[in-house]
Amino acid sequence: MSLEELVEALLRGDKKAAARLITLAENDEEKAKEIARLVHPHTGKAYVVGITGPPGAGKSTLLDKLIKLARDEGKTVGVIAIDPTSPFTGGALLGDRLRMQRHSTDPGVFIRSMATRGSLGGLAKATNDAVRILDAYGCDVIFVETVGVGQTEVDIVKTADTVVLVNVPGLGDEVQALKAGLMEIADIFAINKADREGTEMLYLELKMAIEFERDKWRKLGWEPPIVETVAFTLKGVRPLWEAIKRHREFLERSGKLAERRKERAREEIKTIVAGEVARKVEERLREKNAEELINAVVERRLDPYSAAERVMGETLKI
Amino acid sequence: MVERSKVRVVIAKPGLDGHDRGAKVVARALKEAGYEVIYTGIRQTPEQIVETVIQEDAPVLGVSILSGAHMVLIPKILKLLEERGLKINEDVVVFAGGIIPPDDAEELKKMGVAEVFGPGTPLKKTIEFVDRAVENLKRFKEA
Repeated sequence: MSLEELVEALLRGDKKAAARLITLAENDEEKAKEIARLVHPHTGKAYVVGITGPPGAGKSTLLDKLIKLARDEGKTVGVIAIDPTSPFTGGALLGDRLRMQRHSTDPGVFIRSMATRGSLGGLAKATNDAVRILDAYGCDVIFVETVGVGQTEVDIVKTADTVVLVNVPGLGDEVQALKAGLMEIADIFAINKADREGTEMLYLELKMAIEFERDKWRKLGWEPPIVETVAFTLKGVRPLWEAIKRHREFLERSGKLAERRKERAREEIKTIVAGEVARKVEERLREKNAEELINAVVERRLDPYSAAERVMGETLKI
Repeated sequence: MVERSKVRVVIAKPGLDGHDRGAKVVARALKEAGYEVIYTGIRQTPEQIVETVIQEDAPVLGVSILSGAHMVLIPKILKLLEERGLKINEDVVVFAGGIIPPDDAEELKKMGVAEVFGPGTPLKKTIEFVDRAVENLKRFKEA
């Protein structure tokens, strides 16, 4: 089947076409571009929720429960669950799906596991392509579960409308909650495994970290809520789902959803351009006549900044 | 050879047995070899497994059964795959592992199972099998 035919099938709600298009977008950059061209006009309807947090925090298990609540409301659900690719072998063991398998035969749910394949920001390189495909496929809500993250993997903000950061008690003291990075991107905090020792402490630490920036939240009109959950017993899962819906309502009512999506479009264009330019520069510097330029820098006849300017001038000319 | 990191393999445990050591060892070995492996976990119905193969667009399915129900569950999986428009050995390769007597293994192979691995199979053999098996699939021949 041609890409056009596959996209037509996708728009008719063909599950196999959706699955195959994600594979093609993942494996082949040129095809990914073509697919984006065909699919993009049919997207923008799905609401994208990011679920992030450290490994073992219970992201997949919580997600399993959230899928259930979304389905109870009649919403169709897409899930993109990301696990790491081994930097040593290129292989991956994708095990998030295991926690959500009860939904796999529900025709209103589409779950796809993805491997990072070298991407370092907590997502797979083709995550946005997969989101677009599931959006066009007709999913009302798309959950994107990041790899287990540490502190700097914040790419999920470039993909999700609402970001839920899943914390667990026992990982560190209050200084962790004050640090930059991951803590800054959460729209909602979940404390999972909240039946464990240290929950109250973590709650207070998060609360304190949030209150440090009270002015920021007042200006924004949204203060990130903290929801205690125990995914296994369902404790707090409904309040978490309600918080996600409240955040969506806030974004829509305040016009911030449009703002966020505009910012994301800007980011995505930037990322694509940066990637293309990097590739062209790489090619240019591997050409034979680049030797002279490189030697000039080595022999101190030219400084690296001036050399870079020359290369940029040449590569950016279209 | 087809690039391993672009081949997705579903490892599934159908039925009611919870003995998943073998499935996990094979999943890990394929990961170490460079494959992208999706592990479904235990107690899966044939329907769940077939849906997983479809949504994950996986050209390879490995099923592990130690319960003795292989002559019921594996034919059902094959039948469901065909019903969903996936041709065995053309769109998807199915292999099996676990406690499967030789006579049953022969019969399963006649039904379309590409290989049946028993206890003690060297992992290298399984990896080499997957390497060879995917080469005959339609999607990799076209590419």
